[in-house]
Amino acid sequence: MALEFHGKPGIVIYLTAGDPDLAITRDIALAAIDNGTDVIELGVPFSDPLADGPVIQRASERAVARGTRLTDVLAIATELRAARPNAGIILFSYLNPVVRMGMEKFCTAAAEAGADGVLLTDMIVEEAGEYLESMRTHQLAPVFLAAPTSPDARLKAIGEASRGFVYAISRLGITGTRQQVASDAPPLVARLRQFTTLPIALGFGISNAEHVKAVGEFADAAVIGSAIVSLIEKTPPEEAAAAVGKFIAGLRA
Amino acid sequence: MSTATVNPPLNPVQGVPGRFGAYGGRYVPETLMAALEELEAAYAEAQADPEFQTTLDGLLHHYCGRPTPLYFAKRLSEQLGGAKIYLKREDLLHTGAHKINNALGQGLLARRMGKQRIIAETGAGQHGVATATVCALLGLECVIYMGEEDMRRQELNVYRMRLLGAEVRGVSGGSATLKDAINEAMRDWVTNVRNTYYVLGSALGSHPYPTMVRDFQRVISREARIQILEQEGKLPAAIVACVGGGSNAIGAFYEFLSDSNVQLIGVEGGGRGTALGEHAARFQKIGGGLPGVLQGTYSYVLQNDAGQVSSTHSVSAGLDYASVGPEHAMLHDSGRATYTSCSDTDALKATVALSRTEGIIPALESAHAISEAMRLAPTMAKTDVLMVNLSGRGDKDIGILARELDLKGAEASPIVSI
Repeated sequence: MALEFHGKPGIVIYLTAGDPDLAITRDIALAAIDNGTDVIELGVPFSDPLADGPVIQRASERAVARGTRLTDVLAIATELRAARPNAGIILFSYLNPVVRMGMEKFCTAAAEAGADGVLLTDMIVEEAGEYLESMRTHQLAPVFLAAPTSPDARLKAIGEASRGFVYAISRLGITGTRQQVASDAPPLVARLRQFTTLPIALGFGISNAEHVKAVGEFADAAVIGSAIVSLIEKTPPEEAAAAVGKFIAGLRA
Repeated sequence: MSTATVNPPLNPVQGVPGRFGAYGGRYVPETLMAALEELEAAYAEAQADPEFQTTLDGLLHHYCGRPTPLYFAKRLSEQLGGAKIYLKREDLLHTGAHKINNALGQGLLARRMGKQRIIAETGAGQHGVATATVCALLGLECVIYMGEEDMRRQELNVYRMRLLGAEVRGVSGGSATLKDAINEAMRDWVTNVRNTYYVLGSALGSHPYPTMVRDFQRVISREARIQILEQEGKLPAAIVACVGGGSNAIGAFYEFLSDSNVQLIGVEGGGRGTALGEHAARFQKIGGGLPGVLQGTYSYVLQNDAGQVSSTHSVSAGLDYASVGPEHAMLHDSGRATYTSCSDTDALKATVALSRTEGIIPALESAHAISEAMRLAPTMAKTDVLMVNLSGRGDKDIGILARELDLKGAEASPIVSI
């Protein structure tokens, strides 16, 4: 179990857990791993996903409506870890479900589930004292977001607090697919490299092989989220895992 | 009075700005951090600049109509047979509610920062109208996010915003109310952060908003404290204000915080029942909120045991929100302020009572505070003073009132013979 990237770039995918249901999320993750995904971000659905665009908003709404809970997502992580010992697994959540469970209890459970790391969308480095302490205790990697608007001083703090990799946001705005990789992205990655030797994964707006190739020229991994969540939305549930596997296999073609 | 302290599950970092006890802070996507830091610095600079304050005070006086009267509601007081009830008449302000105090302050700040594009959320529409007004006054572009359910029930304010030149964008997600409008405004802000100023309308959100909004609303209690001493020669025994996000309440409470003999009472939207989803009473003991993070701040949040934010209900769009300003969370835990709630039905009754005893039609939000005052006054001595912050006027609610109270309009005009 490790957060390692094998291709150039590595592939990270985001899944909204529980959409269309938990068993299918698990099957999709397995298919993704078997087709060259280095790291799975298991997204905990939240009622108020204010950093997300319409695709992930809809998926979250469906998953919340089905009653998907943080504990269910932890259970999926446990299954994935048992089935694929070498895959990278990140728990990806808005802060509130974690706060409700309790930070220390959450980190304990995440470690027991075999997760490698955690990304909390609305947790900034300045507020992360207790979080970082619990993560350290449980040898989990905290992954922070870095934005094109983050000044150097913030990038330095983000680089220092992160483990595993840093998630660079390619452009301003919410999640969702775009025509091309944003021009904000290469300068951000270059600025980040001044402050960290960790791999840098680039996300937001990356949806096809052409984007992935472009990302490979300056970053270490590409994060694909909305494109996959959208594919799952459009595919009959029983075919979703195969469709996502095929999609990922095509990303490095 | 509640003295029970909830042990907050989120342990705040020491020395991070914008804390109210354990509450407040900054919990936002990283993209917004630079903007929040820029805002914090610009606000500190503006505060230290006497010219900014002079401009704001001048407009509050000549444009908005400050100071607002502190009015002794003699007939209502006599009818209830207890404390002397005074109304702080924020409803008389330009645009019809306290919201203009904050919108004007932030509008001037946005102009000072060189931001040409303004966005805001609105629930009842009063903050949207106030923001659209200030944008017209200052020549700024204005986009308002409003839940579609709120657009339906506060339609008058939608017309007003559009007349003022604002673009009103309906939000259909979630329960299509204030919380969803804030989500959408934040999505806009995170996308257009470089040229856009977000005028948040209540004492909510990430630092510096709760502090800044409170500072712009403090003028309510600054005036009221002087006025009541002039008129009664003493401080009120209690101050009552409604609490949605809590900006009118914190504004009405703030200058009295150190007067420990002045009781501070916030009134939440009790809706139509005590079960989760039926009300907006975050501080309700059972079926109420728990500490959590929503829309950038740590405060009480109505949520289920998995941390999903609950839907809410209140007849009053301005109180219909799942969380509450973090300073109120602190005042609640410390016991300095107490929080109660008022049902939809009682708010409607209070609206009728104030209309017919004093000739003042309160906003449904403010009617929640009137209702609590009507309950309290008879239990107090006749020499006691009870102050209510009448945060807004009720014109915007006329559609709801006509329906709920079965008021007849043109269809039932009696034929008057001369």
